[in-house]
Amino acid sequence: MAFAAFSSSKPKGFSKPTKSGKVAIALLAPGLAYLGVFFLTPLIALIMVSLQAPDPDGFIGDYVAAFEFNNYFVVVSDYFPQMMRSFGYALAATVLALVISYPLAYFIGVKARPYPLLQKLMLTLVIAPFFISFLLRTLAWKQIFSNESWIVTTLQQLGLLESDQYVVGTPFMVIFGLTYNFIPFMTLPLYTSLERLDTRYLEAGSDLYASPSKVFRKVTIPLSMPGIISGTLLTFIPIAGDYINASGDFLGSSSTAMIGNVIESNYLISNDYPAASALSVLLMGAILILVAGYVKKSGTEDLL
Amino acid sequence: MAKEFIARGADLELKKIRKEFPGFTAIEELDLHVPAGEFFALLGPSGCGKTTTLRLVAGLETPTSGNIFIGGEDVTETKPHERPVNTVFQSYALFPHMNVLENVAFGLRQRKIDEPLVKAKEALNLVQLAHLADRKPQQLSGGQQQRVALARALVNRPSLLLLDEPLGALDLKLRREMQIELKAIQIEVGLTFLHVTHDQEEAMDMADTVAVMNKGRIEQMGAPEALYDRPKTVFVSKFLGQSNLLVGEVESSSANSISIEVAGNKISVPKARAEKHKGKIAIGFRPEKATFTSKKPTASSSTNIIGPGEIIDIRFTGVSNQYLIQVPGLGNLTVFAQNVGKSPVTELGEKVWISWSVEHSFGLADLPNTGKAV
Repeated sequence: MAFAAFSSSKPKGFSKPTKSGKVAIALLAPGLAYLGVFFLTPLIALIMVSLQAPDPDGFIGDYVAAFEFNNYFVVVSDYFPQMMRSFGYALAATVLALVISYPLAYFIGVKARPYPLLQKLMLTLVIAPFFISFLLRTLAWKQIFSNESWIVTTLQQLGLLESDQYVVGTPFMVIFGLTYNFIPFMTLPLYTSLERLDTRYLEAGSDLYASPSKVFRKVTIPLSMPGIISGTLLTFIPIAGDYINASGDFLGSSSTAMIGNVIESNYLISNDYPAASALSVLLMGAILILVAGYVKKSGTEDLL
Repeated sequence: MAKEFIARGADLELKKIRKEFPGFTAIEELDLHVPAGEFFALLGPSGCGKTTTLRLVAGLETPTSGNIFIGGEDVTETKPHERPVNTVFQSYALFPHMNVLENVAFGLRQRKIDEPLVKAKEALNLVQLAHLADRKPQQLSGGQQQRVALARALVNRPSLLLLDEPLGALDLKLRREMQIELKAIQIEVGLTFLHVTHDQEEAMDMADTVAVMNKGRIEQMGAPEALYDRPKTVFVSKFLGQSNLLVGEVESSSANSISIEVAGNKISVPKARAEKHKGKIAIGFRPEKATFTSKKPTASSSTNIIGPGEIIDIRFTGVSNQYLIQVPGLGNLTVFAQNVGKSPVTELGEKVWISWSVEHSFGLADLPNTGKAV
């Protein structure tokens, strides 16, 4: 209104939404185009492939466009254990990563505040493993826990493992590898939110009769919730679809196959593209539902 | 099952407290006794160790040496959550992830007291904020947050309530209102309040006893009126209100008073109001206790006279005018005059004599840094 006093006519740009609407669309266009090309197109292609049927006249691996919804029922009935295993492993590895990362992030973000050099050094150490290819690092773990390694022989001699039991190829090894590979993705968001934690709230908590463990549960954890949420999402989602750690070439075996391994073998070995695509769509849908429920339940709207 | 509220305040005693931080000593040696139910103010400039003292009592810092007693019990080694003490923090430190009511109920829940929400609501009523119980602290104004912080501490009926400059962030008008409210609440609940502030008006206004702290030690302690009427050190005379100080050798002394000579004027102070009776001493007087006249007043043994001086500055402050008078050989002296008649009482550049009652002089234990009146 104040502008009206200075101009003879009413200002136009503010009152007409159509004009600013055009500007908004123009500004949004690059982003929309990006999403269209790099997200929507492959997604639609994936869904279309997942509904294809085998070509009756072709070779194995030849498919024609169809609406074969049965593909989904087939993959669910064929690979239900692997799906459950994926989410089970992902949950276990995420929880382990959280339990290991939280004290680490707390130390770097809160306790090490008076020593900025130490803080930076420790953060670098958290990221340092990324300088080496994670395939190499995972293979290194395979070697460390290999059947002839001193760790395994010692465990066997101590009676913790039977003489015909090994570590590589077990669920333990796979969860270990998943946890190891994804810990930095948990530590960094936790660090970011703990680094901003105002310790005066902790003092207020202890002043109000809360023991250190109560302060941690009632004040520290809720205040670092944004970091916990993003950390768990950044680990859980990629772990659920991971196909390296659980693969027989790395830390797993056929008994530890996760959904990622099934997708890989359907695509690359048995050339069953519709099944692989259907599994991918199911994985994506399941993760979406889980994450939506998780974010809603943890009530992070206020915090994020 | 539920623990009972402590009905009234407890006394606080600090014995030979010393606190060192890496690189500096925050508190040299502190002995302090705060009687139960008293409103006690620790007054001092920033960095004088008053907040450290408060944090030591709350248990958020551990003294390097010395002991802290609350209600006669040695709590030096006790953890903060086990002390019957609550703090209203300078930053309020209201939990941002809880609403106002849950913030207030926090301490009650920790001690498993029955009906925490009912009692929290009562406490919010006391500070007149019950209608904002469901809000988040970030949605409140500074003054409202301050009152929530007060309710959150008071609801626990601590033996001792610590206030760490809780009014510092408020504007002047709101601060005055909160001072009155805080004092009323203290009288109503009868708890011991230990209030840390750098605002001398606030301390004098609210506290039963004021301790003036400087450089990690207590310079002087007493009722606000007594401190103001008879400061014992240069620091106290300057920090608590304003003072004119005159320095000279004691020239003569009678049965009741001693006198110094400054710039040809004889200035006397009653012996009972002087810390030192010999050698070089500083004698002070308050600007509002003095008057000035354009003719030299007749000398008498009950009046100190200085002059003539020249009025070099007049500052109008509403209720009074502040006159800066330059006296040759003495520097500048300040005199306040109430705006009862015409204002200003006199003009710039006028020659005047300053006079005040000998009874209003005070002799200090130490000397100001410059040799002249300040």
